[in-house]
This record gives sequence, C-alpha cells and structure tokens, in this order.
Amino acid sequence: MGLIHLPQFDFEQAAAKGAADKRLRAAVTNNTFRKQQGREIRWREMPDIQAARRLASEIKQHTLEHLDYYLDQLKAAVERNGGKVYFASDGEEARKIIFDIIAKTNSKRIIKSKSMASEEIELTAHLEKAGLDVVETDLGEFIVQVSHDRPSHLVAPIIHKDRGSIATVFSQYFGTPYNDDPPTLTRQARAFLRDRFRRADLGMTGGNFLIAETGQVCVVENEGNARQSLTTPRVLVSLVGIEKLVPRMADLAVMIKMLARSSTGQSMTVYTSIFGGPRKAGEKDGPEEFHLVLLDNGRTEILADPEYREILRCIRCGACLNVCPIFRNIGGHAYGSVYPGPIGALLSPLLGGLENYSDLPQASTLCGACYHACPVKIDIPRHLVSLRRDIIQGRLDGRWERMFYRLWARGMKSPFLYRTIGAIQRWDLRRRAEGKGWISRLPGFAAGWTRIRDLPAPASRSFHQIWKERKTK
Amino acid sequence: MTQPKASAPGPRVALFITCLTDQFFPRVGVAVTKILEHFGCEVFFPREQTCCGQPMFNNGFPVEAGELARRWVEIFKPYEYVVTPSGSCCSMVREHYPQLLDGSDVPGRTYEFVEFLEKVLKVDVSGISLPQSRKVAYHYTCHLRGLGIEPRPPRILREMGNVQMMELERADQCCGFGGTFAVKYPVVSGAIVEDKTDCIARSGAETLVCNDAGCTMNIAGMCRRRGMETRVVHLAELMAEGMGIDLDKW
Repeated sequence: MGLIHLPQFDFEQAAAKGAADKRLRAAVTNNTFRKQQGREIRWREMPDIQAARRLASEIKQHTLEHLDYYLDQLKAAVERNGGKVYFASDGEEARKIIFDIIAKTNSKRIIKSKSMASEEIELTAHLEKAGLDVVETDLGEFIVQVSHDRPSHLVAPIIHKDRGSIATVFSQYFGTPYNDDPPTLTRQARAFLRDRFRRADLGMTGGNFLIAETGQVCVVENEGNARQSLTTPRVLVSLVGIEKLVPRMADLAVMIKMLARSSTGQSMTVYTSIFGGPRKAGEKDGPEEFHLVLLDNGRTEILADPEYREILRCIRCGACLNVCPIFRNIGGHAYGSVYPGPIGALLSPLLGGLENYSDLPQASTLCGACYHACPVKIDIPRHLVSLRRDIIQGRLDGRWERMFYRLWARGMKSPFLYRTIGAIQRWDLRRRAEGKGWISRLPGFAAGWTRIRDLPAPASRSFHQIWKERKTK
Repeated sequence: MTQPKASAPGPRVALFITCLTDQFFPRVGVAVTKILEHFGCEVFFPREQTCCGQPMFNNGFPVEAGELARRWVEIFKPYEYVVTPSGSCCSMVREHYPQLLDGSDVPGRTYEFVEFLEKVLKVDVSGISLPQSRKVAYHYTCHLRGLGIEPRPPRILREMGNVQMMELERADQCCGFGGTFAVKYPVVSGAIVEDKTDCIARSGAETLVCNDAGCTMNIAGMCRRRGMETRVVHLAELMAEGMGIDLDKW
C-alpha cells in the first residue's frame, strides 16, 4: 500500500476543526458552489450530456479492462518517439527513478507543474529534503509550497485560503510589505516564476491523460506554467498514474470535452498540451530528453477487484468534491489524505489501507450528489457502502454495531416485535420530552443526535394503531 | 391482511408507511391515505410491513438487508402500486433492491407519494388552496435524485393556491441527516444542518416542505434548537390543509 498516511491522523478531530472554522466553510462552500453551477451550465450546453457521460465512462472502463495491452502499446509508442518509460510499483521506486534522472542529467534547478501523482508520493518534499532547488509553478501549488501547507482540493489546492493569508505568506517569503491586492500578488509570483522558468534544467509534469496509440501525454491547465515546464528545460519528466490511459486520440477528444466542463466549468482550459518524446529536428522548442514515469502505487490492486475497478475511471476533475455537503463543511484537510472529498473517501482507503481510513467511507450521508456530478459515472455512494461492508466483514471496526444491526434486522422480521419495540421506544421518548413535544437530551449513542439538535417527540399512537381504528369502524 | 379486491374502481395502492413516519409522523400517513382516496385510489395497508432494510444496507450488512428485502417484496407483491411518503425508503426499494433480489417487479411499481400523484395519477391540483397566503420553501431530499426527480419544487406545490414559493439557496444540498451518520458523526452532520437552516432562515419561508421523515426530524430539530419558528411539513400535510381534510379522524 503506497499512499502516504498522515501520522496520528484523527478524522473526527480534523473534521471538528474544519467544522468550527466558519470562514473556511463559507469560503469552500461559495467556491465549490460556483464550480457546481459552472459545471451544470456547461453540461446543459452539451447536446446529450448523459450520452457523453456514458461514452466517457465506457472509454475509461474499456481501457482499464485491457490495461496491460494499452500500457504495452503506450510504452512502444513513447520509445518510438525517443522517450524513456519507467514503471514504478510504489512511491519509493518512483522517487528513486526521478532522483536517478536528476543525477544522470546533472540537473540543478527543477520546475514542477501541478500533479496529484506527485502529491501522492510527496515528491516535492523529498526533493527539497535532498537539497534540490525545486519550485512548484502552478500558482496555487506555489502558495502551498512556500507556506508549507497541503493542498485541500484536487483542482483548487488553496481553496481553503483567503487572500489575506496569501498576502501574509508572500510578504514573509519575498520580504515585501503586506499587500492583499490579487493582481499585485499574482504579478509578484509571476516575476519570481518567470525567472525560474528561464533558468530551469529539468521540468516535471503530471498527466491528465496518456494516449496509448501515439505515446503522448496530455496536460490541461490555465496558467501556462505546465507549458513552460515542458518546453523550456532540457530534461522533461512526466509522472503519471497508470490509470490515466486512453486508447486513441479520438478518445482523448471525448475526455477533454468532459474534463474542463466538469472541473472548472470551462468548455476548454486555456492550455491543452499534448506531448511526448524529445524535441525533433526542426522543432522550435521542447526538451532534449523525455522520461515518462508510470506510477502504480496500489492501483493494480484496485484494478484486480472487479467491484472497485471502476473507481480508477476517475479523471480527478473534482466535480464530486464541489457538490459534497461534507467537503463543503469540513474542508479538504479533514480527510487526512491527498485525495479528499467523495472520491478521496474511496481512493484513500483503497490506496492507503482501509484500516488507516476507516472513518472516510462511514462519514457520508450517501446523498448521491457526487455520483450525479461524476463525468465518468463512478457510483461513489455504492462503493462507500461496499467499503462499509468490508469494514464490518474485516472486523476493523464496530463490534457493537455488528450486534446492534443484526439484532435490529432480526427484530424487523417480526411485525409483533416491530410494533412492540416501537411502542416501548415511543413511550420512552415521550417520557423524555416531558410534554414539550421535543427531546433535548438523550443518553448513550443517541446523545450524538441531541448534542446538535432536538428530537421531535414521537406520536402517541403509531400509524399502525391509527389504521386499526379505521378498520374496526 | 386486507386483500385487494378485483372489482376496485381505481388503482389498488398499498401504503408503505416506513418506520420513522409510522412512529413520529403518523398524520402524514393519514394525509397520504385520504389524498390517494380523494383521487380515486383504493388504499390498502399491509399490516405485516416493518422496515425495508435501508439502515442495514447502508451500514454494510447486505445479507441482513437482503432478508428484509425478500420479506418486503412478498408483503407488497399483491398490489398494483406501492406508494410511500418517504423518498429515501422508496429509493432503497427501487434503486438498491434489484442488487439484493433476483428479479422482482415490485420495486418497479413502487413510487414516492408526490411522484405517484404527478407521474401516475397525473392529478389536477388547481382547486387546492391554503386558507391564507403562506411563504413556503421546498427541501429537495437527496434520495429523489436517485429516483430521477429534478431538484425543484414539485408541480403540485407550485400550482397550489395561496402558496408563495420562496427560493432556498443551494436547495439540492443534503441536510446532513444520513441515518445513523447523524448520530455517529454529530459534528459533521451538525455543520451541514446548521448550513441548511441558515439557508432556510435567509429564504424567509414560514413553512418548509420536506418529503422525508429523516430529513424532517433533522431540520425541524435544528430549527427548534436554534429557536427558529419555521414549520417543517410533508407535502401531503400541506395538501390536506388546502383540501380541508381532517387528519385527526378517519
């Protein structure tokens, strides 16, 4: 299992911290709600969005079903283009491959564009620890890097920060007076990054898609920093998860149509780079060397499971985060993983161990908003329920719950028991309501309810009883 | 058990009351029964019914949920339609039963109450009007999503007289109930329902229509805790009021 698990991470504590921060909740809610509206507008513009979702999910599912074939095809095509391909089974191996490339090419200055795979293996932190000069060039990731923070959203890494906190970070980092004017802050970062772009030896990217037939990587972005990373330095390294494959260029067209629309509410991102292999004779830019590092890090285990396989269809658009009531109210850091939100509640336990993330599948209302927002139709609530089943069956959690639900289920098989237990519960709760119609305090497990809100008192007679009267009349 | 009669005039409908409505909001059941009868249905109440198994299913007990699903299908099999006032229990039956059972046509004949009135009975509600004008907001309960119902107030509510529809911000966002989730993760659930009740307060609505007992308990309980006056009702209750139906006797 490869996903890095934060030491001593406690979901309930982290969630409580997020929930207590009203500014954070308002910022995340407003920002994600705007993204949701953007996606809905773009989806409505499509002639048949449901057909497009089906097609996109079928393309990815097909690729996953034949991943070995397409990985071979990709490797051959990349090599034909003059690039090198590496398979890394986990984060450690991926980092070793990348460190070797850095050493062999004698690279001193590294520029990185945004990549979740790189976050997953904490690459930047490891490069920094080794004393290398590495800079994140995506504005959000740059802010994360200089403030020693963590991204809290797949697409918008600093969704948890407001401009005041960014201004403070910049003032400290650049040693300039505090100024929270966004254009000024952006210009400051731009001036700094332009210089880094010019002088970099090695550029790193992730990849939104890999095209098997042409051996190319596709990266979409809005800032132009990834374009810089893959055109300016003499060495280019792309680190991409093996599940990012699509078979053909024609399939890429479908996926690109879905990605920006679902993610940022754009019909297309400002930059779409499709690249692979070193600069050819006559080409004006591009690297001298191209290295493609394909990351497994637990993905083949998900792939081997027919039930969970479809989760690998994820294109990291973040649409599920943007509609999630939980994400909106606790923020991304509360998930304790680089993959937050609904898809994170699946990927984190599947990549990082269910025992390390057993709260995530359970801390969901199963409202289903994520499934209906997913461009590749991953049935997230269904998989959350399956992971809950795995927790129960693996006896990772909930000894009392096992007993409780089994007894409950048994009781519900008998109408007599159902009615009797119901009558006792109504009597008990009405007693606790003290004639006020509401209960403000409950003991034991049920205290979780009254800690937050009141409970309406049950009716004096159940519908079953009321119906009986009608029949006797 | 009341057997459906072959000579019934309108559709023979079995009422699936659901646990929470049965215990907490039986008036909703009375309202549903009387409204369905008003629109020509013959209403039956199979008294063997208990729980549909949703809590077991959602919490990772598919075997136990499957046993309750098989029992449920047997009980409701004799009827033409099954109608329930709760969206989430309806979605349990229609969305999730198919993976627990080998082929039964009962889930396909099961409808949420409002959905049944609009899609199957196609009722005309133009004559229904509240005694006085009232500001009403509509809470879109999550499981309607799974049933393929749009996140906007149902036609019946929009067409009822003396109903002044108030806009609810982020109307499609969950209220934070989620069954045992509300008790197990009170802080997270609490933050979500706090947000929901903030939106309700800003909407200016006096009455919130919510067609699911779980969401109603959560939202109404939070309104009460925060000292808000908002009444949370089922659409059947509001309709009954507009139709002059007495819910205190048969």
